[in-house]
Amino acid sequence: MATTVAAAPAHAAHSQSGLWSWVTTVDHKRIALLYFFTALAFFFIGGLEALIIRLQLSHAGATLISAQTYNAMFTMHATTMIFLALMPMSVAFFNYIIPLQIGARDVAFPRLNAFSYWVFLFGGIFMNLSFLMKMAPDGGWYGYATLTSKTFSPTHSIDFWAVGLQVLGVASLAGAFNFITTIINLRAPGLTFMRLPVFTWMTLVTSFLIILAFPVITVALIMLMFDRLSPAATNFFNVAAGGDPVLWQHLFWVFGHPEVYILILPAMGIISEVLPTFSGKPLFGYAFVVYSGIFIGFMGWGVWSHHMFTVGLGPLGDTFFALATMLIAIPTGVKIFNWIGTMWGGSIRLVTPMWFAIGFISMFIIGGLSGIMHSSPPADTQQNDTYFVVAHIHYVLFGGTMLGLIAGIYYWFPKVTGRYMNETLGQWHFWLTMISMNLTFFPMHFSGLLGMPRRVYTYQKGMGFELYNQMSTAGALLLAVSLLVFLHNLIRSIRKGEVAPSNAWNGATLEWATATSPPPEFNFQKLPTVKTLDPLWHQDGPKGHKIDVGGTDGHGIHMPNPSYWPMFSAFGMTVMMAGLIFGLALGVPGGLLFVYSTYRWALEPAS
Amino acid sequence: MSEAIAAAAGSAPVVPDDHHYTSTGQSSRKILFWTFIGSECMLFGSLIATYLIYRGRDKVGPHPHEILNIPLTSVSAFVLLMSSLTMVLALAGIQRGEMGKTRLWLAATAILGMMFVGFQIYEFNHFVHEGLTLSTNLFGSTFFVLTGFHGAHVTVGVVWLWTLFFLTFTGRIKAGNDLDVEICGLYWHFVDVVWIAIFTLIYLLQ
Repeated sequence: MATTVAAAPAHAAHSQSGLWSWVTTVDHKRIALLYFFTALAFFFIGGLEALIIRLQLSHAGATLISAQTYNAMFTMHATTMIFLALMPMSVAFFNYIIPLQIGARDVAFPRLNAFSYWVFLFGGIFMNLSFLMKMAPDGGWYGYATLTSKTFSPTHSIDFWAVGLQVLGVASLAGAFNFITTIINLRAPGLTFMRLPVFTWMTLVTSFLIILAFPVITVALIMLMFDRLSPAATNFFNVAAGGDPVLWQHLFWVFGHPEVYILILPAMGIISEVLPTFSGKPLFGYAFVVYSGIFIGFMGWGVWSHHMFTVGLGPLGDTFFALATMLIAIPTGVKIFNWIGTMWGGSIRLVTPMWFAIGFISMFIIGGLSGIMHSSPPADTQQNDTYFVVAHIHYVLFGGTMLGLIAGIYYWFPKVTGRYMNETLGQWHFWLTMISMNLTFFPMHFSGLLGMPRRVYTYQKGMGFELYNQMSTAGALLLAVSLLVFLHNLIRSIRKGEVAPSNAWNGATLEWATATSPPPEFNFQKLPTVKTLDPLWHQDGPKGHKIDVGGTDGHGIHMPNPSYWPMFSAFGMTVMMAGLIFGLALGVPGGLLFVYSTYRWALEPAS
Repeated sequence: MSEAIAAAAGSAPVVPDDHHYTSTGQSSRKILFWTFIGSECMLFGSLIATYLIYRGRDKVGPHPHEILNIPLTSVSAFVLLMSSLTMVLALAGIQRGEMGKTRLWLAATAILGMMFVGFQIYEFNHFVHEGLTLSTNLFGSTFFVLTGFHGAHVTVGVVWLWTLFFLTFTGRIKAGNDLDVEICGLYWHFVDVVWIAIFTLIYLLQ
């Protein structure tokens, strides 16, 4: 691995700027910012798609957009939010926080980290280019066979979706390999596994879920792509040749259900950091929360068929998956009680990150309860494919994941920028979000139970859906306003926010021990030695152990050199994959660039 | 640096092999590679499961028992297994600092891998000639995609082995770079093990 050796103080002054320095950066903190702003941009694109959906549904028989455009909107809304907004936003936090929390100078493989980001960016752009070619994916985010077959989807829309997801899968996998290795192998001296912050733990569990779940969707997408090959198509989902469309559903949900936990566990990790800090006491039942997270990770593999209760798997299969699904509610409930127990008797500081963490708990409980409702096959049969499920998924992914991520943004903003976000605007953001998200998603429970099907571009008058849909649309518009308040706060606070000290909130974990905010490029001049859980809260007192990151350990600090080969490699790979749709004219040059760049990357001077 | 930190911690292990401090004492590259292999298990697991689910559901032939050539594939499986032996010898060579032997066994491993791929190309050609293609039936789809992916993995391994082979001449791979060979070996043995599973489940247990 390429390294430069610099005397520590001199290195601090050596911070680079300019566009090229961002293209070649291998610093985990800069890559985190790239991830963050890219994910935020995609989040607003996905939000725009949601607004178009809500406007089309604002009254019965609306004709704002065609049925075909509507199909593309809900497909791309879900795909964008899951793969281009929420997951990469979590990865932005992994990138910024994990090396700091474990007392490391960077991730284990800084260039691989850069590669992950660039693959994500190019994959996201590639998938959205489909709009320009008027071939936006329109088969739903879980792309059920046989709708995705060449017969029923003759254009390249499904190809864009399948290839785009393959490319994004590479980014997720490379990132997950990197974070598992980083957490296992780069912990500061004395930082044993049961002293790891919960966010680090949840990142580890999430990363294991990614490396085991993504290969399954990769295989499913490979089959789909081969089925769509012409002239020599395979028969994986071709019913005429004996193929079984239900196989797609199994493969998709064997990936898809762990994916749900990939989305929620990082947010659970974040609020497990936020709640203790603002309650002024350690997390209640640390070990229980950690083991519950691991248990959820395991159990996440045994519940996939609860997405398929209406397929007709038979009583035995349905019973097994119903019980497993109910079982998984237990560790989730354990966590909720631990969070409440953390606040119990604490000296609570009600600032914005804490508000969002409490918002997470309350909204996630609603989403969790509707989840338990459709763990029962007879109830699910009623709710399947209705807006009730849409309500559930938005309570867990917006009320859960998104609120957790926003809590994280307000919480770690002072570490990233050296400034606090504005508290007044933060409160406005929080209350607007709470009112608008409930106004948007709560009525969907009712429209769903009344029988309003999801993914249908309109509805008839007199079905009783009008009021609920008007409420949802009004809520969505208000939600957009709350996000603009957030955006304003974010941009304003970067330049004008109140200056924050290094440990901005009196946090307990190592990221708050860096000498400055933002931390120096090498994070810690001297790697800290850890002897307890919540090390910064145990520095003083009789058994106190000072966390010392100043001075020097007598050797230079080794930091990796910047490199542009990961970016070229990612670009080459994306173009090569695009060649699967557009032929060898793209595939061959892309492949050559990919191989050449990867070799240059691998052969960059060793340390 | 690592010694100083270990001294400060009192107990932390020290790693000599790539001169970076790590918590486990293992090289990060090796840990990353093991996680990669875990991921690959799910990839091949899904492909093999699909093959098994669709076995015997074909509406038209050729069926597996009519076309699979066990003696021929036993030979190619033997060739691939032997390449694991030569891979071990290549690693032993570089661990002892014997670069001549390292080169010899790296090249031998790569050539055995190429022979395996050659057998596969012959087999695929033969099957197409017999009327089994990707589109013929479920057997054709599942068989070609599964074994094709395995063959592609072997091909990547062959390219990797030749790369290491040539790098021993440029000085980039020299005595002391055991880890570069060891990780390639991990990949190679994994691809071998996958073949044992495929050979057993597809060829032997028809």
